[in-house]
Amino acid sequence: MSAPDLAIEAQGLTRRFGSVVAVDDIDLSIPRGRIYGFLGPNGSGKSTTIRMLCGLIKPSSGTIRVLGLEMPRQAEILRRRVGYMTQRFSLWEDLSARENLAFMASIYTLEARHAAQRIAAAIAEYRLQEFLDRPAGTLSGGQKQRLALAAATLHEPQLLLLDEPTSAVDPQSRRDFWESLFALTAGGATILVSTHYMDEAERCHGLAILHLGHIVASGTPSQLMQDLPLQVVEIEAADPTAVRAALRGLATLRSLAQLGLRLHALLAPQAGPAGASAGASAGAPGDGVAQVRALLAQAGIVATVSKAAASLEDVFVGATLSAGATPH
Amino acid sequence: MSRDRLTLGMIVGIPLMQMIIFGFGINNDVRHVRTGVVDLAGTQASRALIADIGASQVIDFVARPRGVEALRAMIASGKIQVGLYIPPDFERRRIDATRPVAQVIIDGTHPGVEPAVRAIASAPLAARSGLQRRARPTIEVLTEFNPERRTAVQVVPALIGVILNMTMVIFTAIALVRERERGNLELLIMTPVRSVELMIGKLLPYVAVGLIQTTIVLLTAVLLFDVPVNGSVWQLYLGAALFIAATLALGLVISTLASTQFQAMQLGFFTLLPSILLSGFAFPFEGSPRIVQYFAQVLPLTHFVEILRGVIVRGATLASLWQPLAKLSVFLVLAVTLAATRFHKRLD
Repeated sequence: MSAPDLAIEAQGLTRRFGSVVAVDDIDLSIPRGRIYGFLGPNGSGKSTTIRMLCGLIKPSSGTIRVLGLEMPRQAEILRRRVGYMTQRFSLWEDLSARENLAFMASIYTLEARHAAQRIAAAIAEYRLQEFLDRPAGTLSGGQKQRLALAAATLHEPQLLLLDEPTSAVDPQSRRDFWESLFALTAGGATILVSTHYMDEAERCHGLAILHLGHIVASGTPSQLMQDLPLQVVEIEAADPTAVRAALRGLATLRSLAQLGLRLHALLAPQAGPAGASAGASAGAPGDGVAQVRALLAQAGIVATVSKAAASLEDVFVGATLSAGATPH
Repeated sequence: MSRDRLTLGMIVGIPLMQMIIFGFGINNDVRHVRTGVVDLAGTQASRALIADIGASQVIDFVARPRGVEALRAMIASGKIQVGLYIPPDFERRRIDATRPVAQVIIDGTHPGVEPAVRAIASAPLAARSGLQRRARPTIEVLTEFNPERRTAVQVVPALIGVILNMTMVIFTAIALVRERERGNLELLIMTPVRSVELMIGKLLPYVAVGLIQTTIVLLTAVLLFDVPVNGSVWQLYLGAALFIAATLALGLVISTLASTQFQAMQLGFFTLLPSILLSGFAFPFEGSPRIVQYFAQVLPLTHFVEILRGVIVRGATLASLWQPLAKLSVFLVLAVTLAATRFHKRLD
């Protein structure tokens, strides 16, 4: 049952490397024309999943349809319709930017006039003019990335797979890069991007959080933040270390992160063992704040305690924590 | 070490294999030299002489061309290395002590063959019917193509092949592995480019490099070592291009086996040593056991040495050297196919 508005569908996708299960029973349905993100730490299965989706590695089990094509059987047909950017810069470092583009155009067997036109458009779009004739190996991280994106989109792919594309890039370049991605989706392309940056994940239309080969949460970023089953409590105090010590005994505490003088706490909705079901989270919103206030007062610490809105990082921490805490 | 099975295999298996192949293969005893015979006398005595010479294991009669011209042509094309000619007036010569009864023509381009055959031909064999009491050697020995018996003429042309083999295999052995290490390959795999296209694309530019190298080595051979080029130069280049492609293809196969540049280099060197020792470049391979000779047939250098000696020294045409050419072509096609199938467009 392949829906025409889905760019990627996968059911029960699993990949084992020996005894290690890198990707474990993942289901995906990614709509066309959107940017979909895989958020997860290193080793969570992001790259393996992307590589299975584009036929670079075979799944151990599960079915995949990408742009209506069955993978990995129809991988060769898919190659013409998909653009791929690897984690590492993988164009030829001893060729100039222009030569790399020309080479990629010929690999995709673009007809000469069309190729020249596409390359000219890419040079303008991704501002490659300034370093067009320099060897690609001498470019900066941001320049390399613009070049890589230009090369990956020369053949106007319907689907763009980006495997941690911004790991070696400064924030400004990252912003520009995302502007380019949105421009591409406006042109109808679907983009699948893996990242471990929260700010990047937040820009995606849809998001799946991967942890140890599982999808531990998925949805739109705002929905994920809204539906977080944990309470976010911010504590501002002169001596954060003392606050840490005081909160150590709090059974509902899931995570505590320090930001300067502030502490950012994630609390389970009700007291209970660590594995408490997130479903029973209808507790009053003030609960956590009250608990923390009481504990700090008991320890004689002066602090401002307030409820805060969940950030995507909280969602991420919450999702990976509860998954990590489930017994294997 | 157990995690790197290829290196383990190279440490244990390769020395073992090399000991066996080289121990049996490197052999200065010349045996079973391919010989053609032209017997225009056709008498009982002439047949007795042929049987007598054949009785030594040094010579195997493999061809009976019709005349001396055909005999020489076969030597030039490398089909035989020695020719025995018995003239029509053999019976008269037997009683004339001043004239040789027969002629042995030796291809002087192969190391080791000439002295061994000369020894056989000039041995004063009592058994040679009716010839015992003669004063002069009964058989005249002619060394063709290398009358001065210079080592350079035997070695230098073949050296062109050895040098090309050395550089070419490593070029492509490293090519794919390097792209894998640099990540280029992951990108290439994701493009519509086909495996065979990729292999041929890796091969062609290096053929040009190899031909430039051929020119350098050939000029040195002519100018410094005074090696005569008797055949056609463009045919030599044609043969060289085929050989270069074949060795490059061998390198590609290595490239699909190795996972690091270091491994690729090592594997490349391991193919080099048998090529040098078994190709007939340094030792006559007629003396080695069958199995080693078959192994030598797999090596492109064996056939190219044949082509080089044929075209450069013996002035042979490629048409007459079609056998080594055909073998090189088969090797090329098989190696490219193997490399392309081994290189599936996946990462696992």
